[in-house]
Amino acid sequence: MHKLLLLATVGAVALIAGGSTAQTNITVAIQLEPPNLDPTGGAAQAIDSVLYSNVFEGLTRFDGDGAVVPGVAKNWDISNDGTIYTFNLHSNVMFHDGTSMDAEDVKFSLDRARSDDSTNAQKGLFAGITDVTVVDSATVKVTLDQPNGSFLFNMAWGDAVIVAPESIENIASNPIGTGAFEFSDWVQGDRLELVRNDAYWGTHAALETATFRFISDPTAAFAAVMAEDVDVFVGFPAPENLPQFEADSRFQVLVGNTEGETILSTNNKMPPFDNLLVRKAVAHAIDRQAIIDGAMFGYGTPIGTHFAPHNPDYVDLLANSPFDPVRAKALLAEAGFPNGFTTTLKLPPPSYARRGGEIIASQLRQVGINAEISNLEWSQWLEEVFKAKDFGLSIVSHTEPMDIGIYANPEYYFQYDNADFQALMVELNATADPAGRTALLAEAQTIISEDYVNGYLFELAVATVAKAGVRGLWVNQPTAAVDLTVVSWAD
Amino acid sequence: MIRYTIARFFSLIISLIVASLVIFLVIEVIPGDPASFMLGINAREDTLAALRSEMGLDQPLTLRYFDWVIGMFQGDFGNSWTYKTPVSELIADRIWVSLPLAIYALILSTLIAFPAGIVAASRRGGASDVTIMGATQMGVAIPNFWFAMIMVLIFAINLRWFSAGGFPGWSNPLQGLKSLTLPAISLALPQAAILARIMRSSLLDMLLEDFIRTARAKGLTRSQALWRHAVRNALIPVLTIIGLQFSFLLAGGIIIEQIFFLPGLGRLIFQAISARDLIVVESVVMLLVFTVIMVNFAVDITYAIVDPRLRRKS
Repeated sequence: MHKLLLLATVGAVALIAGGSTAQTNITVAIQLEPPNLDPTGGAAQAIDSVLYSNVFEGLTRFDGDGAVVPGVAKNWDISNDGTIYTFNLHSNVMFHDGTSMDAEDVKFSLDRARSDDSTNAQKGLFAGITDVTVVDSATVKVTLDQPNGSFLFNMAWGDAVIVAPESIENIASNPIGTGAFEFSDWVQGDRLELVRNDAYWGTHAALETATFRFISDPTAAFAAVMAEDVDVFVGFPAPENLPQFEADSRFQVLVGNTEGETILSTNNKMPPFDNLLVRKAVAHAIDRQAIIDGAMFGYGTPIGTHFAPHNPDYVDLLANSPFDPVRAKALLAEAGFPNGFTTTLKLPPPSYARRGGEIIASQLRQVGINAEISNLEWSQWLEEVFKAKDFGLSIVSHTEPMDIGIYANPEYYFQYDNADFQALMVELNATADPAGRTALLAEAQTIISEDYVNGYLFELAVATVAKAGVRGLWVNQPTAAVDLTVVSWAD
Repeated sequence: MIRYTIARFFSLIISLIVASLVIFLVIEVIPGDPASFMLGINAREDTLAALRSEMGLDQPLTLRYFDWVIGMFQGDFGNSWTYKTPVSELIADRIWVSLPLAIYALILSTLIAFPAGIVAASRRGGASDVTIMGATQMGVAIPNFWFAMIMVLIFAINLRWFSAGGFPGWSNPLQGLKSLTLPAISLALPQAAILARIMRSSLLDMLLEDFIRTARAKGLTRSQALWRHAVRNALIPVLTIIGLQFSFLLAGGIIIEQIFFLPGLGRLIFQAISARDLIVVESVVMLLVFTVIMVNFAVDITYAIVDPRLRRKS
């Protein structure tokens, strides 16, 4: 009897002790599977979603609010003329294969990304670099052809992470980085596993293992979360299900911003959109809130220009384009289209475009514009709209952070050609002083808003559904990332 | 029998050649540049050109076709552009989900359909016939993805007997089999409904044949005659349907694999098409066509075994 009691007590104590130890594994679902694991050789966001900050690190990095903070570079000096950046690296950084990360690796990574045969999807980030010099093993000097106020920002992108010559050959299937997690296994089509890097140079992760799963079907996503097959779903694809999760105490729902400015892209060189009055009429014909409610179930922040509303430099220009169909009709008449006109509305696959497109087409019909919808796959969209510029209107979310510079490229698919704006961007790039940059960015936002280059709709929201006990998840997505380095379970 | 087999074999080879040409041409003329898909909207022209030459897209079409066909003969399907691994490895991984799933579903559907069809035929017009035929009517009408979603709702979300999807691998065969159970049932039910109806009508046809009357005249009961003589003869149309169904189950798992997020061939091809990973699409489709043709070949040969008249005729 005593023995039994003792056993029971021991059992109970073990149970309590076991219960108070926080869980150290996590299963995270995202919609798309990375096609391969090389963040420096393709544009697929899923690569960064899995690997950014977890496995790979750059000289600088984004934190959860989008601010640029030091990465493997602990600090840096910028020459007075703004063209030479001297980075001081952390000295104890090791790659996961046991080799050390030093200035040679930084030089290798940057030179590789800007080389002639580079397949880096964001090669433009490295365009201004003229030379990378190793000063000593912990110091590297980067020379630019002209001052570039966004250089440190550029180096924080997932495409600018530090890789090693020793492991570059197999990076697509066996990524070797310096991050707090090591790549462990990838069962293609099903899951990818990371394990904690116990030799990490910085603060060690609380989680020991992390499993990524890839579920793109909205119904399957709902089922996987409800059945508790996954602990976290970043970028939950079915906004209509969110209220149900919010009402369920097992889950928490985090809704944040992305860097995705969702716009009604307008072909500025194609008549009648080459006429400012017509573009202005379109802008007034659009009821943003109806689109956000109808297409996004209320998730999304209206924008009046091409800039992220959570950015401190954002200027609220919604007043330039309030919903006013009467005014839109008047503007169309003034432009010479009293009876409206017919144009194309070419939509890529995401639901914001397909659902939003239906709503916009009906709003445009109210003012006499007949937008003929055609649904395209991404590859077709890239070919027809982006490359051949064969479109009147389209709906796309531009997810690259701080991408207002695309308006300075007259060849870009919406074909906005404004010399003043182009000069402004040159000036912005050469300006490092924060106050000066803020003023220039405000001017840039105002110019494109008042030129009604595109219809500015809303900032794309991102929803994360997680079990109630998960802490430390990013709410916003300043870059595509599921940063697990500070994620933990509540006791 | 030998001449019959040889004739079938030649038609198999010709089908394969025609199929490879059609697949290659159709897929190559689909609009969409794989390089620009992979590099996204910020890619520069020189980067795109570098990637295109890395993928061999700057080679002429005919050269690429022959490279592809010759490679396949050597078991080399080329390298996936997006996954950057050999296509043969991708297929080898995925086939261990899709093939067991198809076989599992086929076994389930046969296990359901045979008894149901035989019972319905032997009790024609009775209560069990009416019930079975009513059920199969529903089974034929309801699409398998709807079954799949309802089963997830009941067995994964409410009862928690199964996980909602995913595949843990074959390292633990029971776990692997368990994760394929809901998908296999949802694939099997509509197939079973079709098969049961074919089985029933084929049997009823047989029951009107002279040899059944002879068997009855010899003193066999109705069900003895049915089991000993009618069932075997009713198998020919049923076998044809099973052959077609197997091909359908292997290739047609695309939607079911999406719903249960299973890493099978269907999902691979789905992802490859949207990513314009043409080499993967071509190879997987070719493999599926090859399977369909081989299964049909096997069915043709089985006919000859079941029905001796076919052997002599050719």
